[in-house]
Amino acid sequence: MTDRKKETELLIEPHGKLIYLNFGEIWRYKDLLEMYIKRDIVTFYKQTILGPIWFFIQPIFTTIVFMFVFGGLAKIPTDGIPQPLFYLAGITLWNYFSESLTKTSDTFLTNQAIFGKVYFPRLIAPLSVTITGLIKMMIQFLVFVIVYIYFVAKGTHVGLNIYALLFPVLIFILASLTLGFGIIISSLTTKYRDLKFLITFAIQLWMYATPVIYPLSVMSGSKKYMWLIQANPLTSVMETFKYGFLGQGTFSWLALGYSFLFSVIILLVGIIIFNRVERSFMDVI
Amino acid sequence: MSDFAIKFENISKQYQLGSIGTGTLSHDLKRWWTIHVRGQEDPYLKIGQVNEQSDKSSDGIVWALRDINLEVKDGEVLGIIGKNGAGKSTLLKILSRVTTPTTGRITARGRIASLLEVGTGFHPEMTGRENIFMNGSIMGMTKAEIRSKFDEIVDFAGVAKYIDTPVKRYSSGMTVRLGFAIAAHLEPEILVVDEVLAVGDAEFQKKAIGKMQDVSQSGGRTVLFVSHNMNAVRTLCSKGIVLKSGQVIFEGNTDDAINQYINVNTLQTAEIINSISYLNHEIKIDSVTINGASSNYLHLDGDSTNLQVVIEGSVATEKVLTLEVEIFDVNNNRVAFYGPGMVNGILKRYSPGRFVVNEKILIPRNLAGGIYSLDINLTHPYVAYYMKASRCVQMEYIGYQFASGHNDYKLRGYYILDSAE
Repeated sequence: MTDRKKETELLIEPHGKLIYLNFGEIWRYKDLLEMYIKRDIVTFYKQTILGPIWFFIQPIFTTIVFMFVFGGLAKIPTDGIPQPLFYLAGITLWNYFSESLTKTSDTFLTNQAIFGKVYFPRLIAPLSVTITGLIKMMIQFLVFVIVYIYFVAKGTHVGLNIYALLFPVLIFILASLTLGFGIIISSLTTKYRDLKFLITFAIQLWMYATPVIYPLSVMSGSKKYMWLIQANPLTSVMETFKYGFLGQGTFSWLALGYSFLFSVIILLVGIIIFNRVERSFMDVI
Repeated sequence: MSDFAIKFENISKQYQLGSIGTGTLSHDLKRWWTIHVRGQEDPYLKIGQVNEQSDKSSDGIVWALRDINLEVKDGEVLGIIGKNGAGKSTLLKILSRVTTPTTGRITARGRIASLLEVGTGFHPEMTGRENIFMNGSIMGMTKAEIRSKFDEIVDFAGVAKYIDTPVKRYSSGMTVRLGFAIAAHLEPEILVVDEVLAVGDAEFQKKAIGKMQDVSQSGGRTVLFVSHNMNAVRTLCSKGIVLKSGQVIFEGNTDDAINQYINVNTLQTAEIINSISYLNHEIKIDSVTINGASSNYLHLDGDSTNLQVVIEGSVATEKVLTLEVEIFDVNNNRVAFYGPGMVNGILKRYSPGRFVVNEKILIPRNLAGGIYSLDINLTHPYVAYYMKASRCVQMEYIGYQFASGHNDYKLRGYYILDSAE
């Protein structure tokens, strides 16, 4: 018996550990993770004329529509921030969250063919979606930066400040939330499909409970709904982003700390549930 | 110290029949209640029955595998045979960690790669080149490993010209060949193969079997091979097991396992008459016997012998009926044909009422020994088929005796030729 074989001795048993996150194994499959990400990004614009430009078109047009509907018709204030910047900031972050969440929550259903044939750490699939989304968001963030520079050049006061450095933390919170919620939902949908229907419109409604199209300051008047918006872990992410880059909005360490803690807990719960389901989901899906 | 590569201990797998959804929540709650609150054993582990697919199950729970205990030695090529639903694929799925066993434990030494279906994870929009990397990584290869084998893979699959074309433009044969080529160039210690040889043309199948032989012989790697192609099992495997209804009913050398499997299959339906399908409603068969027996298993001792086929029944209108018997080997290759109506133009007319077809067929002494299956048909040649009974009899033919006394089932061709002098 060679040493290598001993090293790779493998036990297959009915039940695994409660929290079993084999980072070593995921690391061994890092090339697969990379391939998955590459595949998702490359195939996104295969056989299109505009190619990668599609990454930009969506946020730009959404912003224009938002400016017309929410800014023009509904006259929702933007805390004095130029409308394009205000909506772009919200859309960039929100799109990442909603797109990645929708996709990760489908992990088991979309990958069932491949999961049924070969073994690899299942977490690779939702992880790759989250990272792909992150890359797309960074590309769309470029649009924000370009528009930002345009306004600065025009002499508009935009109030960039030190809190903009919290951007990586915001990304971590967003990514953990999408991954966490995504794998919880995908784990539950393997058996109970009801959640699949719920998630599509829940995400739509969720947007209105998040300061995407309105600043938090507008809502501070209405005591009735304020608790809901404050309980929403995305609220402080949005507000911190706008506060750091645009100098307007509400910032509090407490709210950000709450969001951070919330996202970590969701991620842990997600991993526990995912681990339980991934071992046997083929039998119930 | 034993040098096993894989050890199965009491492996069982339970499946729930019927649709999952309604009722699962209540099952789940009941299970949770008994295990976690009352501290008892899982109530659903006790019930369930042997997986006999033709029977109706009463409680909706079935054992796809039951108490499998097996040791596969290092470097062994194990053939797993059994009819559909015997649990072969479930066993491989558990081993390749696609699903988990309900009870028991498997210890495996070495990297396991499974070839459950080739081309898994091919993305139609990506080129052959991109897909090789994608598929290779899914199978657990690193990028560096794939790069070093890339040319070999492309060469083996024979798709060099199309390597930068999206896979959606490939023919199905090309896709399969590429998939197999990737899988065949993996270098795991344990390789799990399920029915991949059923695809591709004859030339490719030969290539694939050759590759698998290389893998098992030179590399000293352990291979688990599932197939319905008995020739492939015979060529590749050093040992065989037969599964039936989730249990191992035979373990031993490959030839014995194949014979055992064929016998098991034979004893399924007992009467020839049960496999008749009518193609005309004006005919009815009352009995079919071969050499006086109505059972569907036939043992012919010695060489050069006769088959006496007697079919009794009735016809509603006047019919021309001639007997046809077709002989197939275990791989479903057509070996021989008997049909005096078509061959010699001997047509017998039967008037309405009872009829008896009684013919004696000579099985020549130079037909090689082995296990054959028969089709029995009644037909008016070139006009109509009245009745067909496909694969209705398994015939074990001892056949031509070698001078050494051997007459084993290893096919040395269908006919043993005699000297002309």
